[in-house]
Amino acid sequence: MGGKFVDNFRVIEIKALNSTNFLITIESENDLPEIHPGQFVNIDIKNAPEVFLRRPFSIFEVDYSKKTISLIIKILGKGSKKITEIKQGETLNIIYPLGKGFTYPKTNDNILLVGGGSGVAPMLFLAKKSGIKNVDIILGAKTKQDHINVDEYSKYASLYFTTEDGSLGEKGYVTNHTAFQQLSKFTKIYACGPYSMMKTIAKEAQKAGVFCEVSLENLMACGFGVCLCCIEPTKKGNLCVCTQGPVFNVNDLKW
Amino acid sequence: MVDLSVKIHQLELKNPVMTASGTSGFAGEINDFYDVSLLGAVLLKGITLKNRDGNAYPRMAETASGMLNAVGLQNKGVDYFIKHIYPAIKDFDTSLIVNINGSTIEEYIEVAEKINELEHIPAIELNISCPNVKEGGMSFGINSRSSEIVTREVRKAYRKTLIVKLSPNVTDITEIAKAVEGQGADSVSLVNTFLGMAINAEKRIPLLSTITGGLSGPAIKPIALRMVWQVYNAVKIPVIGIGGIMNATDAIEFMLAGASAVQVGTAIFKDPFIPLRIVDGINEYIERHEIQSASDLTGLLQV
Repeated sequence: MGGKFVDNFRVIEIKALNSTNFLITIESENDLPEIHPGQFVNIDIKNAPEVFLRRPFSIFEVDYSKKTISLIIKILGKGSKKITEIKQGETLNIIYPLGKGFTYPKTNDNILLVGGGSGVAPMLFLAKKSGIKNVDIILGAKTKQDHINVDEYSKYASLYFTTEDGSLGEKGYVTNHTAFQQLSKFTKIYACGPYSMMKTIAKEAQKAGVFCEVSLENLMACGFGVCLCCIEPTKKGNLCVCTQGPVFNVNDLKW
Repeated sequence: MVDLSVKIHQLELKNPVMTASGTSGFAGEINDFYDVSLLGAVLLKGITLKNRDGNAYPRMAETASGMLNAVGLQNKGVDYFIKHIYPAIKDFDTSLIVNINGSTIEEYIEVAEKINELEHIPAIELNISCPNVKEGGMSFGINSRSSEIVTREVRKAYRKTLIVKLSPNVTDITEIAKAVEGQGADSVSLVNTFLGMAINAEKRIPLLSTITGGLSGPAIKPIALRMVWQVYNAVKIPVIGIGGIMNATDAIEFMLAGASAVQVGTAIFKDPFIPLRIVDGINEYIERHEIQSASDLTGLLQV
């Protein structure tokens, strides 16, 4: 028994990071269980009759002493939009911690993290938590305005950016970036973002023979492995993204 | 504490709240949140004779006050269940009920025979109402004659409590209920999901890989409630009410309409604690109304 919780958190901060991304920090009255990068919460959407199911979001930051969890909410539809309308002091009901996180790198690993769009949050969480020296991160977005400020992460990693219009960092996709061209120098590659991006990364990592994990976000109903809706076809059969993922080794996927 | 226990044929439940098949895994997933022994029963995920991969993704679409699913009975087969799942869950102190499925009568019989040997499984729910499989499933349950035959054959193979789960996708559900009662069903549970459909208008594509799927959630509650009332008035065996139950009031409504127990399904996706809150709510209701026991609620509707 135990391991997963349904809990009301109080919103202590909500701020717009740019036009579509919001940072929400929520506080529990209870001590937090251990949470790993790649794990997610499933949020109940209140006062939205048109939204029936919860919405899953990957965890961005955890502060055990303050009992807080931070999330980056990107507005994608009715559910996420409603969450961003919440006010400080209101409560957010979440089921957590859900899913299996990324495989932690070892001290001597040389890792590359690639985040695109809403996939930035777990990559930054992993960079912070990995506790190792050799970390490169490439973050991609459409334009400079679509990137969030990640300056403080320069403590944990070398940061590289791409934009489709060239307004920040190198122009193009994350997979066009100079730092992405010598994959064999890395011992582990982690990615989270649009499926097309992750598929290209998976293919390149496999070509270079480098360990690679990606985080999927298939449509979910429950988030804890009972509805079997979010399945991903893998070499081990149809697996639940919510419990057997969301993080998968690309060698197990049928991409 | 008042008496919450109810009886479904020989099956004694500590309270009338069960989780519905396909919404609570194999009980361990719910036990990750709280002690499942607080529930009346857990209906395990539907199993078949052989491994089934289920349908292709996407299998789920959110709809107004509910959702469509087209999982298609993904499971690893009855032998895997007996060898790898049953040993880990058999000592949970609640009634574990296996939901059995088949593409043919022979498959249903073989699964029932195997489950009959399991000491800690006091009942099966014969699923003749899954709308998401090409063969078997609902095709048995939408016709009185085939419902009779599969119930009769499974009855011969299974000696403990036999519950038959009915499809609402029929002209007259009482005909099917009477048909399975006549062949030895100890109880009927209703309803399974309603066949439905959802479309992405912009892309002009269906939202489910199977085009159609099963609708569940509060959207179906009034129809399910009507069907429970009709069946309660048509058969003598206990009725188990299912369909969009989100809280204790919903559950009590089903019992007043004639259900001896209820199953909570889609609500679990919203919050796995809802079944527990329903147990507490039923307790509070019968105390407040000075009713002696939960079983007295059944059919108490004043008309």
